Amino acid sequence: MATTDAGHTSDVHVHEGHDSHDHDHPSYLAHHFDTPEQQFDSGKLGMWLFLVTEILFFSGMFCAYAIFRAWRPEVFEGCSQFLNTKLGAINTGVLLFSSFTMAWAVRCAQLEEHKKLASLLATTLCCAMVFLGVKAIEYSHKWHLGLLPAGLFTYDPANPHPEGGPNYLAYICAPFAVATIGVVIWLVVAFIRDAKFQVAVAKPLVFVCLSFFGGVGLGMILESGETPEHHGSDHVAAVHGDAEHGEHSGAEHGDAEHGDAEHGDAEHGDAEHSDTEDSEAEHGEGQQGDATDPEAADVAEVESTDPQPVVLQDPGSMMRDESDDLVVLERLASDATNTGLQDELSARRAQSQLSEGAITYDRTDDSSATIASTDDNVLRPSRAGVFFSIYYCMTGVHAIHILAGVGVLIWLLVRAIRQDFNRNYFGPVDYVGLYWHLVDLIWIYLFPLMYLIR
Amino acid sequence: MSAGSVPSGYEVSDPGFPTKEENYLTNSKGILSWMFTLDHKRIGMMYLVGVSVAFLVAGLLALGIRLHLLAPDGWLFNQSIFQWLAPEKAPNDIYNQVFTLHGAIMVFLFIIPSVPAALGNFLVPVMLGAKDVAFPRLNLSSFYLWVAGAVFFVMALLASGLDTGWTFYTPYSTTTDSSVILATTGAFILGFSSIFTGLNFIVTINTMRPPGMTWFRMPLFLWATYATSIIQVLATPVLGITLLLLIAERTMHIGIFDPEYNGDPVTFQHFFWFYSHPAVYIMILPAFGIISELISVHSHKRIFGYRFIAYSSIAIALLGFLVWGHHMFTAGMSQMTTIIFSALTFTVSVPSAIKVFNWLATMWKGSISLTTPMMYAISFIFLFTIGGLTGLHLGTLATDQHLHDTYFVVAHFHYVMVGGTLVAFLGGVFHWWPKMVGVMYSELGGRISAVLVFLGFNLTFLPQFVLGSRGMPRRYATYDPEFQSLHAMSTYGALLLGVGLFFALGVLIHSLLRGKRAPANPWGGATLEWNCTSPPPFYNFDRAPVVGDPYEFGDIVWDSVQERYVKIEPKREVVPETPAEQPAHAGGKDE
Repeated sequence: MATTDAGHTSDVHVHEGHDSHDHDHPSYLAHHFDTPEQQFDSGKLGMWLFLVTEILFFSGMFCAYAIFRAWRPEVFEGCSQFLNTKLGAINTGVLLFSSFTMAWAVRCAQLEEHKKLASLLATTLCCAMVFLGVKAIEYSHKWHLGLLPAGLFTYDPANPHPEGGPNYLAYICAPFAVATIGVVIWLVVAFIRDAKFQVAVAKPLVFVCLSFFGGVGLGMILESGETPEHHGSDHVAAVHGDAEHGEHSGAEHGDAEHGDAEHGDAEHGDAEHSDTEDSEAEHGEGQQGDATDPEAADVAEVESTDPQPVVLQDPGSMMRDESDDLVVLERLASDATNTGLQDELSARRAQSQLSEGAITYDRTDDSSATIASTDDNVLRPSRAGVFFSIYYCMTGVHAIHILAGVGVLIWLLVRAIRQDFNRNYFGPVDYVGLYWHLVDLIWIYLFPLMYLIR
Repeated sequence: MSAGSVPSGYEVSDPGFPTKEENYLTNSKGILSWMFTLDHKRIGMMYLVGVSVAFLVAGLLALGIRLHLLAPDGWLFNQSIFQWLAPEKAPNDIYNQVFTLHGAIMVFLFIIPSVPAALGNFLVPVMLGAKDVAFPRLNLSSFYLWVAGAVFFVMALLASGLDTGWTFYTPYSTTTDSSVILATTGAFILGFSSIFTGLNFIVTINTMRPPGMTWFRMPLFLWATYATSIIQVLATPVLGITLLLLIAERTMHIGIFDPEYNGDPVTFQHFFWFYSHPAVYIMILPAFGIISELISVHSHKRIFGYRFIAYSSIAIALLGFLVWGHHMFTAGMSQMTTIIFSALTFTVSVPSAIKVFNWLATMWKGSISLTTPMMYAISFIFLFTIGGLTGLHLGTLATDQHLHDTYFVVAHFHYVMVGGTLVAFLGGVFHWWPKMVGVMYSELGGRISAVLVFLGFNLTFLPQFVLGSRGMPRRYATYDPEFQSLHAMSTYGALLLGVGLFFALGVLIHSLLRGKRAPANPWGGATLEWNCTSPPPFYNFDRAPVVGDPYEFGDIVWDSVQERYVKIEPKREVVPETPAEQPAHAGGKDE
């Protein structure tokens, strides 16, 4: 029987059958746990339960996705073309790699390889920021086009490139720019004051902050590089892009420190323009007018940052005969399961006969009539918006989870640099790793559901 | 069992009274020592105060509802003082806001956290024999999340009220100009408070059990808390995302729930009830746990069918996830779906009935002391049985067509929520009050309060069954004159119920001022919390407790000299001290 004085409460720790555990209680073991194993198991079970709640939290939105997709498949098929598969794919890759570095970091924590642990955590953080940077490009682009949730949806295929409007990308980048400047100042001050620990923390954080802008640049490159069939016009793109860059965006994207801003051809206003030109082309409306408008055609051909030209439309489709599109469509629609495309095909046929503007996605079943055609060929907000509602809800909540992950990873990084973890105490790294894998996993589901399934 | 003296050859083991330094209430001083405490007992007490305030507010709103319904054209909110207080609001608008806030505050701020967060926080680690919950900081943060949620509700109340009903049904909730966003944000935050509490308890019960505390040596309150926690963890996130989508619907018109943008309001109802039906079991399951303890301890008899009660808690938790559709029988589901939901609803009544029969069998031939907690427990069995059986009327498809959205529904769920949860909560508070604060209350006063609550409650809600079956719809501010006598009965009952509740509060406050010091074991309970002093020391157990059978009353005898129950153990030769000076379990065997 353990013998302890009853009045002494603060550090008393007693376990039956063992005498005087009081001195065995290491600093990392909370007072109410008996052993490090118990503490670790509790934390791990708690983390798993938390992940269960996270999955259920997302399940509501997956459920909404399933319901609305079942009701209006053609809306989802049509609208998912506005998403850029390349950006989605690169983000998937980035997150997968970050999961790898995270898992490796857990191992390093167990093996007490402190330096490696810190650098792996920093790498994971950089990946998270790259992800957010790419996301910033995707979001700002769509906001500018007016591809917004149902109530705010303003996208108009007849006028896809609204003039003016706020520079969303700058708004998104601003807080990150402020954070970057803050961290750099911190690093300099810490360096001057010779605060070794602070320097050790601030140095990786500078890279982490810069990776956000790396992600932004990467997103711009990928958006602009979407025209594989039009190598011939590449130099035109460069020239044109530079000019555009000089005109609009030099100041906005002045964060040239990451060295990606010289890809000015990705200036987003431009990108939007060309993108929407493409969408316009996709919908087969106003093609003649566009084709005869040299400037519009130029921009479209040159930039072609359309996020999703892969299946239905081709970036240069406006330069082609409309029948080319129909051929492609017929080939794709020959798969009997591809009902959405078949519907669209029949709609296109009807339209080409009428030689009239927009595509109609009308189906015989009126209750699920969709992006449709009644009022001036506008993608009707009430129909098309739901896809973007669900898109923003799911990816937005996911992005919030990434941000939360960045927060806890920074906390881990600080502790790792402080060398808090050892072979008996690596729980926090393990738990954050689990969380990070879940965030990754949710994206793995989001990517095909949103970007790939047509 | 109440032998009155200790048989020869046995020694008494009693922890005595805590010193000021040991007592968790007094071992540190100042408001900050409470605000930043990580001690589960103090957090439980803060919750107890918090939910009591919420209950007071929501209870006064309920009295407002009943007083308005005193006359067919409305009475209370027609008074000139309300026109002076809120000139821009019609009496019926005030009525709508009052019943909405009554429901929302009662559900989100009182009933859901009442037993799990207030009593559960105090009791779970002590009953388990642990020093604290697994994550004390998470525990404190869940309390502050509760406070934040409450602040949002108060802001909603002050801003422009809330008139959607506590269910926030779309499309009305997307179009009304009352403060839906503030209230849903509050409920969202409260959801996380609830999740963290549940998560904490699951981990605590899984990993913090001391040696010897096997699953089937756990008191049934812990089983009920465990089942409740499972629901909290599994259901609440769905409410979270639903409310988040509702907020997005109001701000951005995402068109998921709002028919104006081709959304589907019934989807909202499905999402909402997928949480809120299991939430009903969050409310009632811990009450079952309390009643299992109370019936057994105050009958001084081993609980009948321990494993059945334990498993039925888990069964209710799991079945509760499959029956949400019975809230929407009239909302346009397919016939097949309604039949399936109806059948599943009936299956939930089986584990509930198992519990009721086991409690009755426990009382059978027990040595019942009609103490205050026991009177509340017996009230519970009466009222919960009525509430449960009337639920079957509503689960039956044909009768539900007639009874849906009438006062029958109101009466049914108040019999379960008030007659069930609130009465069990009061019984639990009276039962563990000596343990929590270390004083005894006036037994006579407590009994009177139990009788008043029982009578007042029945007078309030029995007439509502009649009203509902005669077709009086719920949530209406006015009614046909033919219903007036029944409505008036209900209102007088509500006043009586209010008197009973204030009386109970008075009894408890009186005990704080004048109460006798409580012994460690005033009722003769065998679970671990009665093995530590009243109130418990800061770390609950100076030594890891010796875990025995939680319902073995054979070695607990009444010490009539000091008016306490004591545990007796066969005398051991090696113990030289006199038994009375011996601290708890000093003579316990090594594990």
